[in-house]
Amino acid sequence: MSVSEETATLPVEEHSSDQEEIDKAIIRFVGDSGDGMQLAGTRFTDASAAFGNDLATFPSFPAEIRAPAGTLAGVSSFQVQIADFDILTPGDEPDVLVAMNPAGLKSNLKDVRPNGTIVVNSEAFIERNLHRAGYQTNPLEDGTLDGYRIISAPMETLTKEAVKDSGVTGREVLRSKNFFALGLMAWLFNRPLEPTTEWLEKKFSKRPEVLNANVAALKAGWNFGLTTDAARTTYFVKPAKLESGTYTNVTGNTAMAWGIIAAGQAAKLPVFYGTYPITPASDILHELSRHKNFGVKTFQAEDEIAGIGAAVGAAFAGHLAFTGTSGPGLALKSETISLALMMELPLIVIDVQRGGPSTGLPTKPEQADLLFAIFGRHGEAPMPVLAAQSPSDAFAITIEAVRIALKYMTPVIVLSDNSIATGSEPWNLPDVSKLPDISKPQIKAPNAGDEYLPYLRDPQTFARSWAVPGTPGLEHRIGGLEKQEVTGNVSYDPDNHQLMIDTRAWKIANIANDIDPIEVDGDPDGKLLVLGWGSTYGVIKGAVRRVRKRGLAVSVAHLRHLNPFPANLGEVVHGFDKVLIPELNMGQLRHLIRAEYLVPAIGFNKVSAEPFKVSEIERKILELIES
Amino acid sequence: MTTLNYKRADFQSDQEVKWCPGCGDYTILASVQAYMAEMGVAREDVVFISGIGCSSRFPYYMNTYGMHSIHGRAPAIASGVVTANPDLSVWVVTGDGDALSIGGNHLIHSLRRNVNLKILLFNNQIYGLTKGQYSPTSEVGKTTKSTPLGSIDHPFNPVSLALGADASFVARTIDMDRKHTIDILKRAHEHEGTAFIEIYQNCNVFNDKAFQALTGKEERLDNQIRMEDGEPITFGPDGEKAVVIESGVARIVDTASVDPSTIHVHDSRQVNPSMAFALSRLSSHPDGPTPIGIFRDVDRPVYDKEVTRQIEAVTEKRGPGDLQKLIGSLGTWTVE
Repeated sequence: MSVSEETATLPVEEHSSDQEEIDKAIIRFVGDSGDGMQLAGTRFTDASAAFGNDLATFPSFPAEIRAPAGTLAGVSSFQVQIADFDILTPGDEPDVLVAMNPAGLKSNLKDVRPNGTIVVNSEAFIERNLHRAGYQTNPLEDGTLDGYRIISAPMETLTKEAVKDSGVTGREVLRSKNFFALGLMAWLFNRPLEPTTEWLEKKFSKRPEVLNANVAALKAGWNFGLTTDAARTTYFVKPAKLESGTYTNVTGNTAMAWGIIAAGQAAKLPVFYGTYPITPASDILHELSRHKNFGVKTFQAEDEIAGIGAAVGAAFAGHLAFTGTSGPGLALKSETISLALMMELPLIVIDVQRGGPSTGLPTKPEQADLLFAIFGRHGEAPMPVLAAQSPSDAFAITIEAVRIALKYMTPVIVLSDNSIATGSEPWNLPDVSKLPDISKPQIKAPNAGDEYLPYLRDPQTFARSWAVPGTPGLEHRIGGLEKQEVTGNVSYDPDNHQLMIDTRAWKIANIANDIDPIEVDGDPDGKLLVLGWGSTYGVIKGAVRRVRKRGLAVSVAHLRHLNPFPANLGEVVHGFDKVLIPELNMGQLRHLIRAEYLVPAIGFNKVSAEPFKVSEIERKILELIES
Repeated sequence: MTTLNYKRADFQSDQEVKWCPGCGDYTILASVQAYMAEMGVAREDVVFISGIGCSSRFPYYMNTYGMHSIHGRAPAIASGVVTANPDLSVWVVTGDGDALSIGGNHLIHSLRRNVNLKILLFNNQIYGLTKGQYSPTSEVGKTTKSTPLGSIDHPFNPVSLALGADASFVARTIDMDRKHTIDILKRAHEHEGTAFIEIYQNCNVFNDKAFQALTGKEERLDNQIRMEDGEPITFGPDGEKAVVIESGVARIVDTASVDPSTIHVHDSRQVNPSMAFALSRLSSHPDGPTPIGIFRDVDRPVYDKEVTRQIEAVTEKRGPGDLQKLIGSLGTWTVE
């Protein structure tokens, strides 16, 4: 595995050689939300993945389906970092910005690294568009871009010319200009065109004119680069030296949908997914709905409450039940989660976090539902909370959540977020025949003589048994009213209520002994521990790599289990002089760590609708070490 | 078909029934238990799901599978139960507050989907468990703790609402009339899809005698409009009143004053719900003549069975899912 760190940048000097080998590059495609930038970025990514680069992506788009053309509000972007070593993030500063219009340039230029490359569609820089983007003068002419290398192409004219024989007409003609831009980038980075043309052939097999137009535009983009010698140097990023195996490029939502199917197989149970569409969780429903031949039942309910209600019903009926949502939906599901908790039924609640509160920022990343996930229920209602740390981890964390839910007969919350859900990374595919057996047999016969006692507990786990309708002799009633211990009958007895509250709390707390201890990467004690959770995994690790390059000893640890915490976490945090907790919220994990372990953990917090940059965390670490 | 030999007692749980003495729920419980014994479904295959309210304590008293859930959500939860396992006989017990207020959304959507559920809506036109506030079926002007000056809310007519949601089976019965209740339960059970049954139920503490017109010895023959398939709709002690439907509107007329061929002949199997809806408008409040019986009983695809059918069809076409293939389906590359 490579030890390169993520500071290497694209060479700025222009060499006379035609092709230069570099170890990584960050490319950002930006345009109007109708310009097809997500598609161009995804195709570039997949071509790089097929080529064997390590990569990580960060799509960003407006919540509006189609904001007014040419405005700052309508800018859609897709960033990818490709590398010949194992990278962890989509990167901080683009080496190359592809800007399809002035608004895209205006809102993204500040991120481009000094001396970076700007690729523009020169024909979009007309007065009306400049005005809409808030430019008084044309940045292509007024010196704004001094210090950058500019590749300027009249993409509209060239696309029109390229597609004129394809059969597309009218407004369809210019729709191919994203493939022109893609072709140009493929030339600049020496990407093969075949993966893209193959994809187009599959996608547009029934619309040959669109296929022809896109392929023609793609090739025109490549040829433009070649014939105009748009850049004297093109770049080449070698395949990454990753662990051996078969890889795919996967987003978090897709990995989670597959994790749901896999968990059903590992648990030997039919899967039920009850949900209501909400950004950015909907793609889990979409993916599951495509694969009904796995026996998956998807239920698109009338609202969030019905989505989880149906899932609770399916869990009672013996299915492996899931519900998925995002922040506001989690709030609506809260009462039903408490019901599942009271009834002690297994249920997985997936929360793909987004910017909040309320409707907040539906398409932007934030990890601010942690305290809500842990505490957001009425009464004393503890339950397990887990968080995925990367797109591919969404697969594994889902299976882990199911393991806990079944073994302990409890609802479990799994946190993902917008970065994980829509971002992608290469995933070394597991051998699914070797998934662990996480099944929990449903009880088939009375457990107390000829009587069935629904709240008789396993002495080790304190889990009750799972008797499902249709099983003779186990007829019983459960519900939200407090249960008498063992019998499950309704009970208002004060001592019983205390006992049941204690029992439910102990049951969940005890899971700490059944999860992996937290691993410290670096010295087990010392000056500084950087502790994180969720999607910040990559940037935190990237920052720690950088400071270690400077010879500084900094340890890092990442939590996938947020409730209960791993049993050794107290010992770990007490081993360091300082504990730094970077989070895309105002300090939610920090509150928990301070409260639980009485250490003065230091927060590093950001809620600006953007993920952390590696450099930001690096600076914070240096500041703490030097102080 | 079945040799299940149940008695009513087999459906009585060991829990003490705790409704107010004289509550109409006791009669309904007895009718349901009596019907369950006759129904011919194994006890372990019967599931009762309820929400919150007096009526929703019902599952505790049934020796079947059951869930006392949360306010208004029983149809959603029950939809999950039967979608997971369409072989179960799933019953929802709910009240007018539970089903029509907080649970209105779930009610109409389960009716729309035609999930195989039997929904028993106990309508007493009052909130009982929260002690006497007006409900979504209380009449305008009702004086309660929360409406000391009289309610100004316009009430729902539950049967009209269900028909508007395109319910495939809609009926109304009365707690006191055990035979009629059992007949309706039987027809509901035989119906495939969502069966919606409004049961007028007397709350003798907060809204006593709300249905006096339909249940009182003196008045009931004047006010119960019994609908029987294939029969002209007449009522009154000697059939002196009749129902005619003209221009989509149902009216009550003197039997003697009309040509007998114009008297409406009931047909619950009519696919078009217009006649059923016209009948439902005869009385939204049972202080006068009110139709009792089955308004609508038609066949429509059943949601839970369609879910299974779709899974079977796609599995036959594509073969059972191969997970290893699925996770490699987006294109893979190999690192040696």
